[in-house]
Amino acid sequence: MALSAQQIPRWFNSIKRSSLITAAQLRNHFQRPGQTWLHGLSAQPQVSSDNCFLQWGFKIYRTSSKWNNSSQFTKSSGQEINSAQSTMLPSMNEQSQEIPTFDSELSLEGLDDVPPFSPLQPISEQEAVRIIADPPLPPDSFTLRDYVDHSETLQKLVLLGVDLSKIEKHPEAANLLLRLDFEKDINQVLLFLKDLGIEDSQLGAFLTKNYAIFSEDLENLKTRVAYLQSKSFSKADIAQMVRKAPFLLNFSVERLDNRLGFFQKELELSVKKVYRLELGFKRNEIQHMITKTPKMLTANKRKLTETFDFVHNVMSIPHHIIVRFPQVFNARLFKVQERHSFLAYLGRAQYDPAKANYISLDKLVSVPDEIFCEDLAKASVQDFEKFLKTL
Amino acid sequence: MGAAGVARLHGLFATYKPPGLHWKHLRDTVELQLLKGLNAGKPPAPEQRVRFLLGPVEGSEDKELTLTATSVPTLTNHPLVRGPAFTSLKIGVGHRLDAQASGVLVLGVGQGRSLLTDMYNAHLTKDYTVRGLLGKATDDFREDGRLVEKTTYDHVTREKLDRILAVIQGSHQKALVTYSNLDLQTQEAYEMAVKGLIRPMNKSPMLITGIRCLHFVPPEFLLEVQCMHETQKQLRRLVHEIGLELKTTAVCSHVRRTRDGFFTLEDALLRTQWDLHSIQDAIQVAAPRVAAELEKNLRLGPGTQQLHGPGWHGDNERPSPALESWTAGG
Repeated sequence: MALSAQQIPRWFNSIKRSSLITAAQLRNHFQRPGQTWLHGLSAQPQVSSDNCFLQWGFKIYRTSSKWNNSSQFTKSSGQEINSAQSTMLPSMNEQSQEIPTFDSELSLEGLDDVPPFSPLQPISEQEAVRIIADPPLPPDSFTLRDYVDHSETLQKLVLLGVDLSKIEKHPEAANLLLRLDFEKDINQVLLFLKDLGIEDSQLGAFLTKNYAIFSEDLENLKTRVAYLQSKSFSKADIAQMVRKAPFLLNFSVERLDNRLGFFQKELELSVKKVYRLELGFKRNEIQHMITKTPKMLTANKRKLTETFDFVHNVMSIPHHIIVRFPQVFNARLFKVQERHSFLAYLGRAQYDPAKANYISLDKLVSVPDEIFCEDLAKASVQDFEKFLKTL
Repeated sequence: MGAAGVARLHGLFATYKPPGLHWKHLRDTVELQLLKGLNAGKPPAPEQRVRFLLGPVEGSEDKELTLTATSVPTLTNHPLVRGPAFTSLKIGVGHRLDAQASGVLVLGVGQGRSLLTDMYNAHLTKDYTVRGLLGKATDDFREDGRLVEKTTYDHVTREKLDRILAVIQGSHQKALVTYSNLDLQTQEAYEMAVKGLIRPMNKSPMLITGIRCLHFVPPEFLLEVQCMHETQKQLRRLVHEIGLELKTTAVCSHVRRTRDGFFTLEDALLRTQWDLHSIQDAIQVAAPRVAAELEKNLRLGPGTQQLHGPGWHGDNERPSPALESWTAGG
């Protein structure tokens, strides 16, 4: 992969140590492989095709036109560099000046540049103190941990509550976040989201799911919200929709339009089909159930029919009682089955409100085990467990 | 939590598999619950790292800069950056149960997985309660299979059923001795065979060491089967064959494992108990018993059985009182 600039000086060092090489020989030795090699170097960071790795955006290019002196390489990150990373730049520059270059004999080949430094040259205390030799950042990595301490953007995101460990699984998202500047881009989006009504504490969860919102244009986002408002969704509605489905704001207006129309039609057609034909519910009953538990719409059709089959046929609960308690469709089927079998075994499976010892369906599914055993079944938890082990 | 929690998470424990759940789903659910428990520690205190920063020297007027070591907060080990500490656990499953069957299912975590192999090599017997239904025959011997035949069963009595079961037990008794590759000419081997303590210690087809009827109310009947090297499908086929022997037909409505080696129903954890603490406690409670039983079996060695002194018991589980009182004559 991309060679780090530290490997280059080592290569040069090894060449240098071979003694008794004249300047001309060295030059000839370097020119042919080195020139092509440099091309490779400068081409590599752009061409990197490995999707698994983050690219810090190194561009290695020559500072001086003269090939002999070009051993002085300067590293610089990509154009979109954080202001907070300005402290890194001088350190990198200092480092590069530490890179040992050729012997002075080479540099005397008709140059007007300043003779390069050598590490054995004595320097003053002041200058020595100024050398910052932190270990360099890795040019690519599979985790954001290596960069979080050097990027103000990432730090502010973590403090907001964004889960970076989930975002780093998507390399293009992580690259995007690394390159963004907090002040310019992210702040705007955050203010926009706060305007929509999303609380500070919920921002973290939202951004963890929808990190792509940063690549959306702010104008587009505003248009979409205006469109939703024009469809007479109240502000609170929009806030809730955005919270539950974070990708909503990424859709273009046409797509939003399509989805709304699709949902409306779906509500009428498919639901009616499932509930009326197969389960025998009437239309207003369906609507009543859906307004109470909208999750039913998204539930798997097979699970829904299994649950209904059990509740209606085995527990023999008529339709109108199920309508009053649609939560049974939300609960896990095995839970309903276990509890019903226990009640049947005890002889307390009475679901008709008219008769005595009535047990309401919603309490059957929602109540935790201890309360179920004590209040509804009038038995101990050990008995329930023993019964479960006989199933 | 964390490292301390994982350290106590090595060993065998038994769960109760409810009917309708695939054993793989059970294993995955248990793994998820354990990971949830392990990752649920309190967040660590914010860490710091030492950096050498340039700053003015104290007590000097001119702008002399020097490096001072300062502690700077770092976010490298923040939980939101690092992610959850535990992302997977190695959990193995012992003798499997198919989706419709229920009962004791032994799982091994971490180092306990090698104990699963030891348990398998110990060739211990397992107890099942099998519920059968007279009068029907289906293609897969289950109650909800495709119906093949319907018959009457009025002629079936308890005595006939017991006689059939005794015949089955007798024939399997012989097979036990044959497959154990034991030389019956020695005195000890003969004594053990008489007591019924011989069993094969290598691969063999399903062998029934004990079978009896617990409950008979036609058309339903309940059998208790003690067997080894079985699959649940073979147990259902057994019910079908019993029906055929009785000159009628039978299907199996439920198979339930009540004991797997030395893990019984009491040790089995229910669905509500599949969390970190219960499983750690179960492992700890079972550990001494597991070690003792497996060590006894290891002394046996692979392949053919070695003969031991009179103090040795062939079946390493608690000898079921039913088995001792059964005789080949029924």
